[in-house]
Amino acid sequence: MKQFIGFLRKEFLHIFRDPRTMMIIFLLPIVQLLLFGKVINTDIQNSRIAILDQSHDNTTREITSKLVSSGYFVLGEELMPGDDVEDVFRKGKVKMVVTFGPEFEKSLERDGKAEVQLLADASDPNTARILTNYASGIINDYVKKEKLQNLQLPNQINTEVRMLYNEGLKSVYMFVPGLMAMILMLISAMMTSISISKEKELGTMEVLLASPLKPIQIVLGKVTPYLLLSFINALTIILIGVFLFGVPIKGSFVFLMAESFLFIMMALSLGILISTIAPNQMVAMFISLLALMLPTVLLSGFMFPIENMPLPLRILSHAMPPRWFIVIIKNIMLKGTGILFVWKETLILMFMTFVFIALSIKNFKIRLE
Amino acid sequence: MSKNKSQDTGFLPPLSEGAGGGLKVIEVHNLVKKFGSFVANDHLNFDVYQGEIFGFLGANGAGKTTAMKILCGLSSPTSGEAKVAGFDIYKETEKIKRNIGYMSQKFSLYEDLTVAENIRFFSGVYGISPADRKEKQDKLLKDLGLESAKDSLIGSLPLGWKQKLAFSVAIFHEPKIVFLDEPTGGVDPITRRKFWDLIYEAADRGITVFVTTHYMDEAEYCNRVSIMNAGRIEALDTPKNLKKQYSAKNMDEVFLKIARNTE
Repeated sequence: MKQFIGFLRKEFLHIFRDPRTMMIIFLLPIVQLLLFGKVINTDIQNSRIAILDQSHDNTTREITSKLVSSGYFVLGEELMPGDDVEDVFRKGKVKMVVTFGPEFEKSLERDGKAEVQLLADASDPNTARILTNYASGIINDYVKKEKLQNLQLPNQINTEVRMLYNEGLKSVYMFVPGLMAMILMLISAMMTSISISKEKELGTMEVLLASPLKPIQIVLGKVTPYLLLSFINALTIILIGVFLFGVPIKGSFVFLMAESFLFIMMALSLGILISTIAPNQMVAMFISLLALMLPTVLLSGFMFPIENMPLPLRILSHAMPPRWFIVIIKNIMLKGTGILFVWKETLILMFMTFVFIALSIKNFKIRLE
Repeated sequence: MSKNKSQDTGFLPPLSEGAGGGLKVIEVHNLVKKFGSFVANDHLNFDVYQGEIFGFLGANGAGKTTAMKILCGLSSPTSGEAKVAGFDIYKETEKIKRNIGYMSQKFSLYEDLTVAENIRFFSGVYGISPADRKEKQDKLLKDLGLESAKDSLIGSLPLGWKQKLAFSVAIFHEPKIVFLDEPTGGVDPITRRKFWDLIYEAADRGITVFVTTHYMDEAEYCNRVSIMNAGRIEALDTPKNLKKQYSAKNMDEVFLKIARNTE
C-alpha cells in the first residue's frame, strides 16, 4: 500500500509539473464545453430574413409579424417586386427570403389556398433546412388556427407535433453527452497511453519492471490518477451542463455517475492497450488522435446521425464505444430511464473493457517473452 | 505486501561455491533465447562471483542486452538454466528483483522530478523506511558533492551527474548485484573514469557489478570480461589474460581480432 501511495505521488507530480497535461486535463474540457455550448450553436436564433410582400394585406402582415416575433427571425430587409432576390443573398445579409404571392388574403379566403415562397441560402444546407422548416411551421400554424377554422374543408388531418425530451430542440442537450464521451476518451485513453509510453521511451519502464513492483501494480499506479481526474471531469461537465445550459438529469444521478465510471474504465483499458503497442509518446498520441478522436467525433452519432451513414460506416460505428455511452447518458439525463432500458449498451461497454484488458495482457506477455 | 518484502530483503539462500573460492552470484548454463528463427543468445555459459566487476562486451546487436534482460527477469529465456543471487530465473523472478539493482541504457531517473523526489520514489519501491532513506540520502549527496542539487529537477543537471545519480539510486537499496546497461553512453572518457570510481566503491562494498559496454577503455576496468559476437560468448577471461592470449596491446585489439576470427 505504501508503495502504491508513493507511486501515485510520483504520478501526480508528473501531471502537475507538465503544463500541457494540466491544460488538457483541466482547461480543455471547460473550454470545449463552452465553445460547443455557446459559440457553435446550431440552434436558430435571430436569423435575418427578407420579406417580399406582393399583397400587403392583413394576413401577410400578420404572418410577417408572427415570423419576426417568434424569436427565430429578424426582419433584415423589405423587398419590392422586381428587386433582384439573388442579389440579396449574394450580399450575404439575409439567410432566407419569404415571398407572398399577389392577392394572398383573397385567394386564401376564396379558394382555401394561397402562395408563399421560401427561398433559403443553402450554401449552409443545415441552416437552410431548419429555417425553412421553422418558417413553414409558423405559417401553417397561423393559417390553420386563424383562417381555416371558419372554412369547412373535407377530411382534413391535423398533425400535432411535440418534441419529446427536448421540447426546445436545444442542441446543447446533444453536445453535453457527446462532449462528455469525447473528453473522457481524450483524458482517459490518450493521457494514459501517453503517460505509460513516456516511461517506455525514457527507459524508466525497464527500471520499474526490474524492481519488485509487479506489472499490475505499475499499471494500476499509472492509471489511478487518470481515473480520478477523469471522474472529476465527468462531474464538472455534468455540473456545467446542468447549471449553465439547463440540461436536465431526469434519471438517477448515482446511476449516471456509475455509467460514467464504466465508460472511464473502458477508456483507460483502451489507453493501456494503445501503450502496449506504441513504442513512444508520439506514436501513442497519433494512435489516440487518429484512431480514437476522429471516429469518436464522426462515427459515434455525436455530430452526424448514424442512420444517415452508408452501411459500412454504420457497421463500423457499432465498434465505437462512445456510441453506446452517448445512448446511455442521453437516456438517463433526458428520458430518466434506468438500467432496464440501457442494459444492452452497458453490457457492450463492459464487454469492450474486458476485451481491451485481455488484449493488453496478451500484448504485454508477448513483449516480455 | 510491503511487510513481506522487508522480511525477504535480507534473506539469501546459501550460494554455491565457485572454482576460485568466491561465491557464485550468477550462474548461467546453456542459456538460449530465440526471437522466431533469430538466435539472440546461443548457449551461453558463464558464472559471476560476488564482488566482481563483470564486463559484458559485444558490438550492438550481439545479444548483450537480451541476456541482461533475462537475468533481470524482464524477459524469459527459450531454454537453458540460470540462477541470479541464488534464485531460479524461471520460477523466482520476484525474489531476484528484490536482490538486484538495474540502470538502463537510456539513463533511468525521472527528469521532471527533483533529486530528492527520485530518491524518495525509488526508496518507496524497494520498501526503504523514511528514516533510513533520509540518512542514506544525506550521505549519498555529500559523497557525490551534490548537496546543493537536492531540490533541483534531474532534467536541469549535466549528463555526468545524472548518470552518477542514476547509479547511486540503482544501488540505494544495497542489492546483491547491480546490472548496468551501457551506463556511460554519451559522456567523455574523463567523466566515464569518474563514474567508474563509483563502480569500484560499490564493488568494494560487496556489490557485484554486471556491466555491458562497447567502450573498450571501460573493458580494461573490469575484473573479468566476456566478449559476445552474434549471440555467442567468444572469449571470457581477465583483460590481462585476454590481451596475452590474443597478443594484443589493448582490449580494442582483442575485440577486433575476435570479431575478425568469427566472421
